[in-house]
Amino acid sequence: MTDDAIKTAIFQLLKHIAPDTEPSQLKPDENIRETLNIDSFDTLQFIIALNEILGIEIPEQDYGKITTIQNLVSYIRDKKK
Amino acid sequence: MIEFQMPSLGADMEDGTLVEWKKKPGDTLKRGDIIAEVETQKGLIEIEVFDEGIISELLIPEGVKVPVGTVMALISPTGETLEAKKEAVIDIQPTEEKIIENRNLKISPLARRIASDHNINLSLLKGTGPDGAITKEDVEIAIALRDNKSEAKIKEPGFEPKKETNTAAIEAIRSAIAAAVSKSNREIPHYYLEKKIDLTKALAWLLEANSQRPVKKRLLPIAILIKAVAKTLLEFPDLNAIWENGLQPKKEINIGFVVSLRSGGVMVPAILQAETKNVDAIMETLNDIIPRARALKLRSSELSGSTITITNIGEGGADTVFGVIYPPQVALIGFGNSSEQPFAENGMLGIRHVLNVTLAGDHRATDGLTGSRFLSSLDKHLQKPELL
Repeated sequence: MTDDAIKTAIFQLLKHIAPDTEPSQLKPDENIRETLNIDSFDTLQFIIALNEILGIEIPEQDYGKITTIQNLVSYIRDKKK
Repeated sequence: MIEFQMPSLGADMEDGTLVEWKKKPGDTLKRGDIIAEVETQKGLIEIEVFDEGIISELLIPEGVKVPVGTVMALISPTGETLEAKKEAVIDIQPTEEKIIENRNLKISPLARRIASDHNINLSLLKGTGPDGAITKEDVEIAIALRDNKSEAKIKEPGFEPKKETNTAAIEAIRSAIAAAVSKSNREIPHYYLEKKIDLTKALAWLLEANSQRPVKKRLLPIAILIKAVAKTLLEFPDLNAIWENGLQPKKEINIGFVVSLRSGGVMVPAILQAETKNVDAIMETLNDIIPRARALKLRSSELSGSTITITNIGEGGADTVFGVIYPPQVALIGFGNSSEQPFAENGMLGIRHVLNVTLAGDHRATDGLTGSRFLSSLDKHLQKPELL
């Protein structure tokens, strides 16, 4: 899976959770939750969706490693290897 | 014959528009069945029935807006025949009598003229305007009720089922909130208490519990907090109550949970019978009601049955929240942002995960001592998360 494909999937999932935002406008190092104003419930839905769509399981201890698009893409890339 | 009325879905609701009947005459109803969908300021609400029986008659045509308390359908508890007791709606049935002109009746000239044009007996109408004044709408409802056997569709804009734009829906929610909090501040003498609660043990328990679960079954800290509140409330029945001509403690603990809408405004669906649910069941309920609240798709019991409210600021937000009690409830519990803080205990200083919990209480119903004991007890429960 290429980084671009991962990014596209992330943007789609985020758009589904927060329809009134533009996830594709996120800068690579911006905090996703703060910028899109997503609460902990929506974050959990996002993690569940990543699990269902991409088949990766993100343990709670790793939540700190996926706060930006840049981090999340590389995290998923590593997990998919 | 049981009268099914337009329910009140909160102190701020005055009327609702019947959008669709989900049952027809002759259908059997059991408790909890959805009988209709009603458009309110809080979105499209599925209305449940709390009586068992067979629908005898639907009295209100779809698309009509009626005040809270209007009889909308007749339900026969024993399967009485359809013809039975149509006079149950006598107060709004037309009569052939000459209209009694009562000079003391409060009514606008326009409403009086419309009533006169349609032979509506004003003395049988119940006004919903200021001081019980009969409004143009009251008269039109009476006409619609009388004509409802036909396909009477009233062309007034107020009677059309509203296909509200998003902006209009937000405005309606904003005005519903405004009405509720204004009533609260006018009528409820609030007192406020705050307690810092060490969440370290609860969060450690949660981390461990979640590590054993599939992603879909993961718990959020709020599920534990809600469970702890429900358990603590069993010891403080005066806080799980409503104030209506005095304090009325409630047996069931139905926790209204404040859900912020992304476009602004809040919805407060209830977690029904929270005292009977374990942490997992509370999380499942949240997974169900939060998306429906955000989509403005809730059921009547979820909007009208709350006996207490919880508001949760969540991670990264303000440290403390002092809430406004939702009438006729008598208490509101607020959770602020939880964060790591220096925490002294038994002469030792350590770093703990601390949550500022507040209680807004109705001083007519309880005193600070009750509230204070509640917060201390909640703290104790949260130190033993495995027992929740």
